[in-house]
Amino acid sequence: MSLIRKPLNRRSILRASAVGGAALATPTVFTSRAWSAGYLNEPTGSTVTLGFNVPQTGPYADEGADELRAYQLAVEHLNGGGDGGMMGTFSSKALKGNGILGKKVEYVTGDTQTKSDAARASAKSMIEKDGAIMITGGSSSGVAVAVQALCQEAGVIFMAGLTHSNDTTGKDKRANGFRHFFNSYMSGAALAPVLKNAYGDDRKAYHLTADYNWGYTTEQAVRESTEALGWETVETVKTPLAATDFSAYITPVLQSDADVLVLNHYGGNMVNSLTNAVQFGLRDKLVNGKQFEIIVPLYSRLMAKGAGENVKGIFGSTNWHWSLQDEGSKAFVKSFGQKYGFPPSQAAHTTYVQALLYADACERAGTFNPCGVVEALEGFEFDGLGNGKTLYRAEDHQCFKDVLVVKGKENPSSEFDLLEIVEVTPAEQVTYDPNHPQMAGGQLGTCNPGV
Amino acid sequence: MDAILLQILNGLDKGSAYALIALGLTLIFGTLGVVNFAHGALFMIGAFCAVTLSRLLSLSFTTIDPERTDFLGNPLKVETPYVEAWFGPETGAAIIDWSVPLAILFSIPIMALVGLFMERGLIKYFYKRPHADQILVTFGLAIVLQEIIKYFYGANPIPTPAPDAFAGSLDFGVLIGLDPNLIIYPYWRIVYFVFAMAIIGAVFAFLQFTTFGMVVRAGMADRQTVGLLGINIDKRFTFMFALAAVVAGLAGVMYAPINSPNYHMGMDFLVLSFVVVVVGGMGSLPGAVLAGFLLGILESFASMAQVVALLPGINQIIIYLVAIVILLTRPRGLMGRKGVMES
Repeated sequence: MSLIRKPLNRRSILRASAVGGAALATPTVFTSRAWSAGYLNEPTGSTVTLGFNVPQTGPYADEGADELRAYQLAVEHLNGGGDGGMMGTFSSKALKGNGILGKKVEYVTGDTQTKSDAARASAKSMIEKDGAIMITGGSSSGVAVAVQALCQEAGVIFMAGLTHSNDTTGKDKRANGFRHFFNSYMSGAALAPVLKNAYGDDRKAYHLTADYNWGYTTEQAVRESTEALGWETVETVKTPLAATDFSAYITPVLQSDADVLVLNHYGGNMVNSLTNAVQFGLRDKLVNGKQFEIIVPLYSRLMAKGAGENVKGIFGSTNWHWSLQDEGSKAFVKSFGQKYGFPPSQAAHTTYVQALLYADACERAGTFNPCGVVEALEGFEFDGLGNGKTLYRAEDHQCFKDVLVVKGKENPSSEFDLLEIVEVTPAEQVTYDPNHPQMAGGQLGTCNPGV
Repeated sequence: MDAILLQILNGLDKGSAYALIALGLTLIFGTLGVVNFAHGALFMIGAFCAVTLSRLLSLSFTTIDPERTDFLGNPLKVETPYVEAWFGPETGAAIIDWSVPLAILFSIPIMALVGLFMERGLIKYFYKRPHADQILVTFGLAIVLQEIIKYFYGANPIPTPAPDAFAGSLDFGVLIGLDPNLIIYPYWRIVYFVFAMAIIGAVFAFLQFTTFGMVVRAGMADRQTVGLLGINIDKRFTFMFALAAVVAGLAGVMYAPINSPNYHMGMDFLVLSFVVVVVGGMGSLPGAVLAGFLLGILESFASMAQVVALLPGINQIIIYLVAIVILLTRPRGLMGRKGVMES
């Protein structure tokens, strides 16, 4: 018995080719399961695995621990547990609390150690051995750029954690990578008007900059935005990332005639340089007839805790703060606070939101296929996740939303109440052209589904 | 002129820490012949003794303030330190404020015990093993100690301020007739330098002017002969290990207000302190102290913007550069005994 009922001839082959060609040419947007064709780590069972790549050891381990808490909370909410957190306030209603696309969410974790090679190795292991469909997390731009490139090559989505360098969505942007966190340019743009109001437009700034990628982009952003105000940059000095005592860098500041010190430092660098600057009495000095001031462009609550009393009255910017009073932030703080007993950090917030955004994109795309997810996230506008109306811009996969300018609180009421929000800078004020010189170079490329 | 003076002052406090750690390293190497890579961890544990005492003194009981609310909107739990309840708010606050100087007393028995346990429990089994084995085991021990501290205290730096009386800085320039604000130096760093000098002086006096010290010095020169005289030199050397641990611990306690302690601060100092020992001369106590201050000051100079502009990256390699030059031209170090490291 033959399976071919009719003999093949020229006409039937032509007809079959025409039908097949038309089907292939049909825009995939018309099909609900547009991207159901094969892709790397396609979940076939009743579960889907996400890879949380956070620093579990090393200097940012506390930040990583907070990210992991947030991811675990997100998984709980996605699977229908807890009070649902921000799922109730999220403007998109695609998430139903039954996992993602009906599959229960499971996760594996990796330790980035805040080292690019270790982070790539752990991400690779989660993709290849554990079948992770998406990688997310991290507390450093070096790690984010490295893991984002790996995910692009492998063909999975990368939802960046805490990474603030312009390069992540600038010269090192990738089609498979998305960043919710704000960046150096936005910090500069948000801080400049506040600094002008507080300190005037005739100031001389001295920059101490961590000697790596993030430090350079932050220095450039703050320098350009303050110079546009009329400030003069008297000196920029690079400090080694491994430095612990900054006294040798702090003491020449007063001899330079500067009346503002900008500390483009993060983590332990920031804690130590700020502590040293305060110890050397910089904030008690009058220079050029003005009170000497210190600025920390990127603040985190965990860092502020490390610097103790030294942060009082010092301006900086932050992506999110638990004291925000919008419904999304309140819901998240409540969920997180009840589960863990303390308010979440900005690292926890951005990672929780990234997990929800990824899950939502899969639901809206109707697939886990990275190219479907990319299409769903590009140009996606949403609200209710703590930063007001937000856009995931298609051109560079950067989120545009309000940025917070904060100041170290003079009279904190608890160990968590260290920063006060001075201004919520509207998204329009921190939005830039995709071809802005600070973001120059690099191509987004096309999405890679991995097969 | 003022810039030079400033960098000399800057180098003094860092040099003090290098000198104290290197002094302990040299004591251990000179007596027991052990290359102790866990010595930086002892410095770190000392700093955490200050953190621990500060936390112990701040132990509080909780009362509910119905007037105020916490971040979840529940009635605020107000923490009141026991010492404030027992001794009154002012005296209690002053005791907490002085926790770092008080930690000197607190840390001495703790560091001595840590030193004894380290030596008796692990290091004594490696006396006759090659230096490579000693380095591996002590380095491993340093990592274990570091991770234990991280487990209990977290990875973030913990602010441990100096007493309010020592907050602020001295305008050193005004004292010597220069313009204000040219040379400023924090009071606590002056305290640290004076403290380091006192500890170094005490260790030297102990070795120089006591019978115990004389025996130890004799043992360092010729262990076998001292043993043949019926003296239990091993017991004395164990004591010296504990003493070295106390010196490193005290260096750490007093360093806590300068840079907020974190679990890997010991590693930051360890490698540099080894270079200090090599430059000063293996086994030479005055050499360790001299090289400590010398390299601290040199490192400060190399960090000057003008120097970095002229030789980019010099601030990160200067100490190793000096070590290479010393090893090539004078392998026994600045004050090492003739013949040591020269064979």
